[in-house]
Amino acid sequence: MSLYGGAIAEHAKNPRRRGALHEPDRSHEGTNPLCGDRVRIDVHLRDGRVAEIGFEADACMVSIAAASILGDLIAGAPIEEARALDDARLLAALQTDLRPARVGCALLPLQVLREALR
Amino acid sequence: MRDVRADFPLLANRRVVYLDSAATSQKPAQVLRAMQRHYEERNANVHRGIYRLAEEADEALAGAREAVRRFVGARDAAEIVFTHGTTESINLVAQGWAARRLRAGDEIVVSELEHHANLLPWQRAASLSGASLRVVSDVTAAIGPRTRMVAFSLVSNVLGTELPAAQIVSAARASGAVVAIDAAQAAPHLRVDVGALGADFLAFSAHKMLGPMGIGVLWGRRERLAETEPLLVGGGMVREVFADRATFLDPPARFEAGTPPVAEAVGLRAAIEYLEALGMEAVEAHAREMVRALESRLREVRGVTVYEAGARRVAALSFNVDGMHPHDLASFLDARDVCVRAGHHCAQPLMRRLAVTGTVRASVQVYTTQDDVDALARAVAEACQSS
Repeated sequence: MSLYGGAIAEHAKNPRRRGALHEPDRSHEGTNPLCGDRVRIDVHLRDGRVAEIGFEADACMVSIAAASILGDLIAGAPIEEARALDDARLLAALQTDLRPARVGCALLPLQVLREALR
Repeated sequence: MRDVRADFPLLANRRVVYLDSAATSQKPAQVLRAMQRHYEERNANVHRGIYRLAEEADEALAGAREAVRRFVGARDAAEIVFTHGTTESINLVAQGWAARRLRAGDEIVVSELEHHANLLPWQRAASLSGASLRVVSDVTAAIGPRTRMVAFSLVSNVLGTELPAAQIVSAARASGAVVAIDAAQAAPHLRVDVGALGADFLAFSAHKMLGPMGIGVLWGRRERLAETEPLLVGGGMVREVFADRATFLDPPARFEAGTPPVAEAVGLRAAIEYLEALGMEAVEAHAREMVRALESRLREVRGVTVYEAGARRVAALSFNVDGMHPHDLASFLDARDVCVRAGHHCAQPLMRRLAVTGTVRASVQVYTTQDDVDALARAVAEACQSS
């Protein structure tokens, strides 16, 4: 579907790392107050790195794609690097300009990840 | 009804299909001009300035109050309180009346269709007073001997449903409960007559009925307003002030501390006069016709679910497209210049009952045309094909 450009369409259709992890070291769930969408992120940590990440989402295409892309960015990365990942980096990785009202959809998984890694 | 589109500057300036009037309506030039003229010709602060210009500002505010009194069929302009909007009006009733008059063992009954603005104030009133709060699908059936307060919307902001007001009010009266009505979605389209409704309080906003943002109304039965404490205290609402205490003016001034939004009141009056000139019967008939057209066109599209209103619809409806998140559909429609609202519409308990995270809502106003309806239906059909 031609609804979104960039990486969103592909990742929303075939999201990577969707699904809960078994006995995660860290886990957090967050909601988008504007729409009630829900994203949960599970993380396995090993040797100071994000060894594995899994997400569950009852959410729009933008949030699902962003969660998938976020996983690509941080899987295997040092925890400190994952913690430091900023909004701009994730938005750039979406490779499309979102309307202001949809930027919050894209950032929801990142906010959930930050809480999970706190 | 005459074609009114030329009266709305935004519709000429922006090439959009505007189907989000339940969130806020567009404003006719008559309203905008009245507000501009007020600032250019009559602006001064109110509260009895001792010069003629200030007298005229007082008259402008009083004239607006009288227009509202007539619009809702109140006995006395003193029953018309200006607030910032429906949310403040309901908070005033919930905190100023219910939180102080209710006791542990009393019950507040609220419909589950409610906008958060007509739910959270009652949650607070319950926690402050010790009363219990019941959020129910059938308000009439839920009213019992312990019910002291009943709150509901005349028209749902999500489904466009009309609630059975006469039935609810008569059940509430029979058990001695006080009734507060949220008319935010009703006042723009229906003749609202507080005498016929028989409630104690009624709230609405100017900006959904062609008027400006920033002003709303609370109508209260004189006896109930006399029992209500103000939310805000300060200038303009006092009779006599000492260092350690003060006495308050009678309603409505008691509830209007500080400088009131006079130009907005003038705009509200102009909006009322605009609607009255069209005729509320014609306004209502147009809304119902447009929303019926929306419903029948959307139901023709495969993959669309239109949520049942369970009663006559007034000016809004909610729908979803199979397999498509409401925000994604709204973005798709926006790319085709169709403005709709998507999400939970500040009605999360109702979303849970519908078992959805959100819906797409289309809503109409006096300026909505068959072309708008067709444009939405075409764009939704396109979305269904591509999903």
